Amino acid sequence: MAEKTPEKNLLSMQLDLSKFNSYMFKKASEEEKKQQDVMSESTTFFKDGMKKLMKNPLAVGSIIVLGLIIAVIIFAPLFIPYSYEEILSVDGVRDKGAKNLRPFEYSKLEQQYIEAGGTRFPHIFGTDEQCRDYFIRVIYGTRVSLIVGFFASIIVLIIGMLYGSISGYLGGRTDMIMMRIVDIIYSLPDMLIIILLSVVLQTILKFRPGSLLDALGTNMISLFIVFGMLYWVGMARLIRGQILSIKQNEYILAANSIGAPTGMIIKRHILPNCISVIIISTALQIPSAIFTESYLSFVGLGVQAPMPSLGSLANAARGGLQNYPYKLLFPALMICLIVLSFNLLGDGLRDAFDPKLKK
Amino acid sequence: MLKYIVKRVLLALLTILIICMITFFVMHAVPGGPFNREKALSQSTIDALNARYGLDKPLWTQFINYMKNLLHGDFGVSLKNGREISDIIRESFPISARLGLTAMAFALTLGIILGSTAAIMRNKWPDRVIVFFSTLFTAVPSFVLATLLLLVFSIKLGWVPVWSATETHYLLPVMALAAYPMAYTTRLSKTSMLDALGQDYIRTAKSKGVAKWRIIFKHALRNSLIPVITYAGPQIAYIITGSMVVETVFTVGGIGTKFVSGINNRDYTLIMATTIFLATLMVIATMLCDILYKLVDPRIKFD
Repeated sequence: MAEKTPEKNLLSMQLDLSKFNSYMFKKASEEEKKQQDVMSESTTFFKDGMKKLMKNPLAVGSIIVLGLIIAVIIFAPLFIPYSYEEILSVDGVRDKGAKNLRPFEYSKLEQQYIEAGGTRFPHIFGTDEQCRDYFIRVIYGTRVSLIVGFFASIIVLIIGMLYGSISGYLGGRTDMIMMRIVDIIYSLPDMLIIILLSVVLQTILKFRPGSLLDALGTNMISLFIVFGMLYWVGMARLIRGQILSIKQNEYILAANSIGAPTGMIIKRHILPNCISVIIISTALQIPSAIFTESYLSFVGLGVQAPMPSLGSLANAARGGLQNYPYKLLFPALMICLIVLSFNLLGDGLRDAFDPKLKK
Repeated sequence: MLKYIVKRVLLALLTILIICMITFFVMHAVPGGPFNREKALSQSTIDALNARYGLDKPLWTQFINYMKNLLHGDFGVSLKNGREISDIIRESFPISARLGLTAMAFALTLGIILGSTAAIMRNKWPDRVIVFFSTLFTAVPSFVLATLLLLVFSIKLGWVPVWSATETHYLLPVMALAAYPMAYTTRLSKTSMLDALGQDYIRTAKSKGVAKWRIIFKHALRNSLIPVITYAGPQIAYIITGSMVVETVFTVGGIGTKFVSGINNRDYTLIMATTIFLATLMVIATMLCDILYKLVDPRIKFD
């Protein structure tokens, strides 16, 4: 106790420490001070969640699988010399023998060409009944299915987020009316309405030829419209529930009391706090959108031919099932792999970021 | 309680009305009328036909007439073959219903057994096997499973004959239909069983020396069934109606097949009628399930 106790200033309100005996107020020793040091690095909510996620082998596995699939669908078309709608030809001559080839098989014309010294890229998955390279079709089908799943989820997310946050934040009568609308849409049988709308939208939607919308095809657009109209309700409900509980917090009261505008409060304080719920449910939305798309394609309401999607490829493969079962196997495996990975990733995200949400 | 039931019934009625409206007006947005044929009819003939079938009236009047007919069980006639749609429904719906109910019974029984087993043997190998397969089956679309089953058991192995008009085989379609709900029920009942096993009353029962199996059946299983019931109710309605894909693969002559062929033929009256019929069924089933659910579990508040 070499250090002296601080002296009391005259007129100050502080305790005069010299009046107390030393064991009541002891200065902290170096060792005791050290105990107060923060040992581990300070982590953010996001870092903490990522660390937990990376410890989950299933989630890491599905991230790797998804990464591989995405890499393949981006880079494979760059070095495969066929396109998804191209009917095979050798040296400018239509190759009529290249029908329903088995994986890595060449047609007679191609074999002659190779024997004559030409090089020909192998048909990794064989060809289909219209002499098109099947591998590139599966790749494009995966692209289409993933794009549909991804964008449908984004649409659902945006509409659901806006609707849910407005409804939850405003509360009262507005909330009641908005939620009754959600109740009604929620109780509509989604698949039936989707089919109904797709049937009709396909006949009435017309786009300017050559525009971006036209290139996507009416079926794809009607898919997005249908998703945007029906599937946002689940997301809206979820976000409204989150907001109702976040709204009780003191910092919202504080923001209100200094006169922050509503939109600002929603954007700055409320949405960042329900971001984990949003990410998790979006991750789980993607596989369900891919499922729905594949069903629609299967029923004949999916993307426009010659553009393939995994569902329409699987549907087309049913025709020659007995002789070419692998044609069903490739797109089917792809769907399963994608859906499985997204499901596992979603579960992992939920466990890592929001253990409370676990059902 | 009564207030809740009244509210729920009103919501269901409103939903059905909205479904009818959507179906009717959306279908009328499709260009072309029933009398557009390859052979052009003279304008006076078309006018006469329109007047004969009430198609010259404003859309709202037509809608009200359509609804009146619906209430009398008159769904109109198919555009393609001119048959009464109510007849088509009457003969095809029982097939779908039977298929769906069998599949659902199968899925629920197996799902609950497997889920509870997994929960009781948590982290042992049966649990891991069950979790692996239930995760896998939730990722397989039913049409893929249906086609694979058909390929393996009917075509390659020849154990089960393909469904035909004279010979009906429910085994494969039921398996294809039941796979997804079974996997889902397994996951659901596993988590709810784990939840129930962690409750205080289980510990009390254990400390009183109640036998293990008695605890599981009497205390845990009963309480773990509530989430399964909530899932099963609407799912039964969906599986009766939503088996379009599986029915198409096995060419079962159920209502799903009729719906899909209606879509492919652009048979608008048939699409309209089946949509309204199936949707009404689903809404009613969901409503009954909601009401039952609140009756069964007194802890749920009536808000």
